[in-house]
Amino acid sequence: MNFGKREIILTVVALVFVVLGIRLFKIQILDESYTLDARNNAMRYETVYPARGRILDRSGKTIVENKLIYDLMVTPRTVTEFDTTALCDIFGIERSFIEERFAYWKENSRKVGYGAMPLLRHVSSEQYNRFAERSDRFPGFNAVTRTARIYPINAGGNLIGYVSEVDRAYIDKHPGYRPGDYAGKTGIERAYEERLAGKKGYTIYFRDAAGRNRGRYKDGLYDSLAVAGNDITTTIDADIQSYGELLMKNKVGSVVAIEPSTGEILTMISSPGIDVSQLAEISKYYREISENPYNPMFNRTVQSAQPPGSVFKLVNGLIGLQEGVLTPNTMYSCSRGYTFGGVHVGCHNHPSPINLTQSVAMSCNAYYCYVLRSILDNKKYDNIEESFEMWRDYVTSFGFGTKLGSDVPYELGGNVPTIKTYNKLHGKGHWRSLSIISLSIGQGELGCTPLHLANLCATIANRGYYYIPHMIKDDPDYPIDPKYLERHYTKVDTCWFPYIVEGMNQSVYGAGGTSHISQIPGVEMCGKTGTAQNPHGDDHSVFVCFAPKDNPKIAVAAYIENGGFGATWAAPIASLIVEKYLNGEIAPGTRKDLERRVMEGNLLHKVKVKKKKR
Amino acid sequence: MREKGIIRKLDWPLAVCYLVLILFGWMNIFSALRGDNTNIFDFSMQYGKQFIWICISVALAFCILKVIPARIWNGTAWFLYGVEILLLLAVIFVGKNVNGSRSWLGVGSFALQPAELAKITISLALATLMGRYGFSLKTTSDYLKVAALVGIPALLILLEGETGSVIVFMGLLVVLYREGMSGWVIALGAFIIFVALLTLIYSPFVAEVVSIGVFFLILGFHRGRIIAWILVAALSVTALTFLPKVFEIEAVAALSLPDISIIAGGLTVLTSVILVLRSFIKSSRNSFVRNALLALCAAVLVAVAVDICFEKLPEYQQGRINVLLGKVDDPKGDGYNVHQSMIAIGSGGFLGKGFLGGTQTKFGYIPEQETDFIFCTVGEEWGFVGSIALLVIYFFMISRILLLADRNKDRFARIFGYCTAMCIAMHVVINIGMTIKLMPVIGIPLPLVSYGGSSLIAFTSMIFIFLRLDMERNKI
Repeated sequence: MNFGKREIILTVVALVFVVLGIRLFKIQILDESYTLDARNNAMRYETVYPARGRILDRSGKTIVENKLIYDLMVTPRTVTEFDTTALCDIFGIERSFIEERFAYWKENSRKVGYGAMPLLRHVSSEQYNRFAERSDRFPGFNAVTRTARIYPINAGGNLIGYVSEVDRAYIDKHPGYRPGDYAGKTGIERAYEERLAGKKGYTIYFRDAAGRNRGRYKDGLYDSLAVAGNDITTTIDADIQSYGELLMKNKVGSVVAIEPSTGEILTMISSPGIDVSQLAEISKYYREISENPYNPMFNRTVQSAQPPGSVFKLVNGLIGLQEGVLTPNTMYSCSRGYTFGGVHVGCHNHPSPINLTQSVAMSCNAYYCYVLRSILDNKKYDNIEESFEMWRDYVTSFGFGTKLGSDVPYELGGNVPTIKTYNKLHGKGHWRSLSIISLSIGQGELGCTPLHLANLCATIANRGYYYIPHMIKDDPDYPIDPKYLERHYTKVDTCWFPYIVEGMNQSVYGAGGTSHISQIPGVEMCGKTGTAQNPHGDDHSVFVCFAPKDNPKIAVAAYIENGGFGATWAAPIASLIVEKYLNGEIAPGTRKDLERRVMEGNLLHKVKVKKKKR
Repeated sequence: MREKGIIRKLDWPLAVCYLVLILFGWMNIFSALRGDNTNIFDFSMQYGKQFIWICISVALAFCILKVIPARIWNGTAWFLYGVEILLLLAVIFVGKNVNGSRSWLGVGSFALQPAELAKITISLALATLMGRYGFSLKTTSDYLKVAALVGIPALLILLEGETGSVIVFMGLLVVLYREGMSGWVIALGAFIIFVALLTLIYSPFVAEVVSIGVFFLILGFHRGRIIAWILVAALSVTALTFLPKVFEIEAVAALSLPDISIIAGGLTVLTSVILVLRSFIKSSRNSFVRNALLALCAAVLVAVAVDICFEKLPEYQQGRINVLLGKVDDPKGDGYNVHQSMIAIGSGGFLGKGFLGGTQTKFGYIPEQETDFIFCTVGEEWGFVGSIALLVIYFFMISRILLLADRNKDRFARIFGYCTAMCIAMHVVINIGMTIKLMPVIGIPLPLVSYGGSSLIAFTSMIFIFLRLDMERNKI
C-alpha cells in the first residue's frame, strides 16, 4: 500500500483550497469596494427634495414662496407598450416629440441605464391629475413633484435672482449637488443658497437587475428626511421696491436706497430688470432676456461703475475741510467756470462769489477746482504723488474703489485712479493737480457703482460713518456677518459733516439750489444733484439724497443713464421713493404730477445699445 | 438484520456531509430565486424541483445501499459505459439546445444531461479496467486503453459543447498517478499548462524563452552543477530577450521573416531533435536529458499551437479568456458574470448578510445563480465564515473518500473512490475558482449544492456506490 501518494495528493488539493480561501479572504474581508458596488447595484437612492425657504421683505411680507409643480419622468428601460395617443392627448404634445425623445434615449442607452429621464417639465396640476387617474396605462412613466418659485409681489427680479437646474460646471464647483437639483444662480437666491436650499433627503429602495423597484430598504430605517430650507427675511421694502420699479420703467439705470442707521438695503433696482414672472421659468425666457439689448441680466446697482459726477464734490469738500485747506467760510468766485493754465472747466450761471454751503447747493464746478487744487498743491506735501496718495486714502475710506463687501453677488469695486494710472497716462513727473482737475467734479478716471453712491449718501446722513450695505436682516438663528454691525468711519472727522449736510439741505431749499424738485411735503430733505458727462450721448442723471435731515431714515442714490441733468430724472425718482417710504403716499398736486411724468417718461430711445452678438 | 448492517457499516461522516451539502444547496437555491415567494415547496420553481430531485437522490442512495448488490457495479461497468456512449450519441443528434450546448435529453418534463452521468460510467469502467489483475500501467498498450476509455466519451461531450465536463476528466490523471504513473507526467502536464498560460498572457516567444530557461535549470539540478547551469540559463534567456530588438532592425524586418516565435521555436526544436538523435546514435544511457529535451520540444510546440488555436477560437471564448487573464477589463460584457459574482461574494464580508438576506443574488444581478453561480449566494449570505466552512466540508469529504479508498482491499473500489474524490475536487475548484475570477468561466456545477437533477444524481450515485463498496470492504 502506498500511503505516501495519498498524502501528496491531499497536500496538493489542500494547497489549491488554501488559494481559494486566500482569494475569498481578500475579496470578502480586505477589499471593501465590493460592498460598495453591491449597494450601488441593489439600492436606489431616490432624492426627496426639500421645500426651498421663502424670501420675506423687511416687514414680513412674502416676496418669494413655493408652489407644487409636476415633472413627467420616464424610465425608458421599464417602458412597455403604452397608450401614446392618450399621453399626447393629456399633455397636448405631438407623437413625434415622444418618438424623438425615445430615439435619443435609445441612442444613449448606456448613459441612461435604468435612470428616470425627464420628459416634460412643469406639468400643470390639471394635467397631472388626468395623468394620475390613468397612470396604469403608461408603464414606466411617473410624475414627480417638486416645488417651484412663485412671486406674489412684482418686485426685485434681479435682486431676488433666479433658481434653475444645476449644470455640469456648477456641480463640479459645488459638491453635494447632483444633476436634476436646483440652485439659486443670481441675487439673494444665490447669496443665501445654503440657507434657502435646505437639506435633501433620500428614500432607499431596492432595485433588481432589471431596474424594477423592489420595496423600501429596511422599511425606511436608513432613509433620510428632507429638511426644508429656512425662510430669509430681507431688508428690502417690497412696496418701495415695486414702486421704484414702476418709476424706473423704460429707463436705464439704477436706484439704491439704504437705511443709514443700519446699512440695510431698502431697495435695489436695476432697470431694465428681469420681471418676476419670468424668474420661475428662467430657462424658457433665457433667450429672450439675453437677447434684450438693454441687458436685463446685468445688475447695474453693483456692476455698473461710472463717473459719479457732481455728487463727488461732497467728498472733495469733506477732504478739503479735514485737510484744513478749506473752511466753511472760504469764498471762491466763479464766472461760468474755472480757467487756469489753459484748462477750462465750465459752470452754469449762478451768483458769485460763494461759500461752501452755497457751492454744494448750487453745485459750482469752479469752487471744487479750487478745492481740489488746494488739497493737492498743499505745501505740507513734497510733491503731487504724495498729496495725491493722501487724497486717494480719503476717497477709499468712503468705500470707493473697493468692493464694499455687501452680500449682493457679483459686486464690483469700481475704480479710484492711482499714481500709476497718471504716471502711465502723462509720464512720471509730468502731471500736476491741474492735469487731474476733472476729479474735482467727479469726472475722469473715477468709477463708482450706484451702491457706492448710496453708501456715500448714508455716510453723510450718519455724519461720518457707514455700515456695509446688506440685504439680509439679522436673525437670532442666523446672525448676519458681524462686519455688517460695525461702524466704518471715514478718514474725515465727523465734525465736518454737518457743513456738507447743510449744503445738501440748501441744495433742496436754498436760493439757487439745484435740487428744489426733490422737496417733499412734511419732510426735511437733503440732496445733491450730479450730471455725469457722457461722450457717447446725453449725460447721465445722478442724484443722492437722504431724509429727514435729522435722524435720517433713508438714503437714496439714483443713476439714470442718458437722463440729462441730475434734477431732470434722478432727483424726481429718488425723491418720490423717499416720499413713498416716509409718507406712505405721494402728495396730490405737483408731486402727483411729477410722479405721472416720471412713470410715463421713456428714455430708452436715448440709450445707445451695442448690437448683441447672437 | 440487514438493516442493522447498513447502520453499522455505513461510513456516517461521509453520509452526513452528503446530507448537509444537499440541504445547504437547497436553502441557497431557494434564497437565490425566491423573490417574493415564501413557499420553498413551490414546484413550479427550481427550489421546488430541487426538492423532488433531492427525494429522488435519497431514494436512489437508499437503493444503492440496500437493494442493489455491490457486485453488480464491477460486472455491469462496461454495459453502463456502452449505454452512456449511446446516450451521448443520441444527445448529439436529438438533444435540446440550451445556452449554446447541445447536451440535454428531454425525458418527460424533466431534462437529463448525459454528460453529467459520464463521470459515473467512466469511473466505473476505469476502475474495472485498471482493477483487473495484471493491469499495471507499465506498458504503452495499458496507457492507450485508458486513453481510449476516457477519450471516446470525452470527444463526444466536446462535440456537445460541454467543454467544462471534459476538463473535469483531467482530474483522472491523479488516479493514474495513484496507480503507478510517474509523477513527472503530471509535473510535465502542469508545466505545459503554465506554458500555455504564458503564451496567452504574454506571447509564444516569452513562453519559449521561459521554457528554455527552465530546461537549463532542471538540467542543472539533475547534473548537480547548479551554479554553472543557472549561469547558462540566465545567459541564454538574456541573449534571447534581445532577439525581438534584432527583428526591429529595418534590414531584418524588410526580409519579412516568419513570426519570431516560430523562428525561435523552430531552432529550439531542431537543436533538440539533433541532440536527441545524437544521443540515440551514441546510445547514451542518459535518458533524463533526452526526456527533458523532448519535454522542451513539447513546450515549444504547445506555445506555438496555443497561439494559433487561440486565434482560431470563436470571439466570445477569446473574450472570456482575455477577461480571466486580466488582459481586458469589461464588467458589462464578457466579464459581467464574474464581475457581478465577485460583487456578490465580496459584499458578504466576514459573517455574510444572513440566510435570505442577500441582495445581489435575490435581485437577479447574477445570471445562472442557481446553477453554476450558486456559490455567489453562499458567499453573499454566509460570508467568509460560511464559504470557508463549505470548503472545509468538501475537503473533509475528499480526504475521507481517499482514506476509505486506500483502506479498501478491493482495487476496483479503491480506483472508483479515487475517481469520485477527484471529480468532486475538480468540480469544486473550477466552480468556486470561476466565481472568484481565479478560473475561466467554465460552466460546471458545484457538487451537491448547485441546482440540477443530472448533476445531483451523478454525484449521489458515485458517492453511494463508493459507500456501498466501502461497506463490503471486509468481505473479500
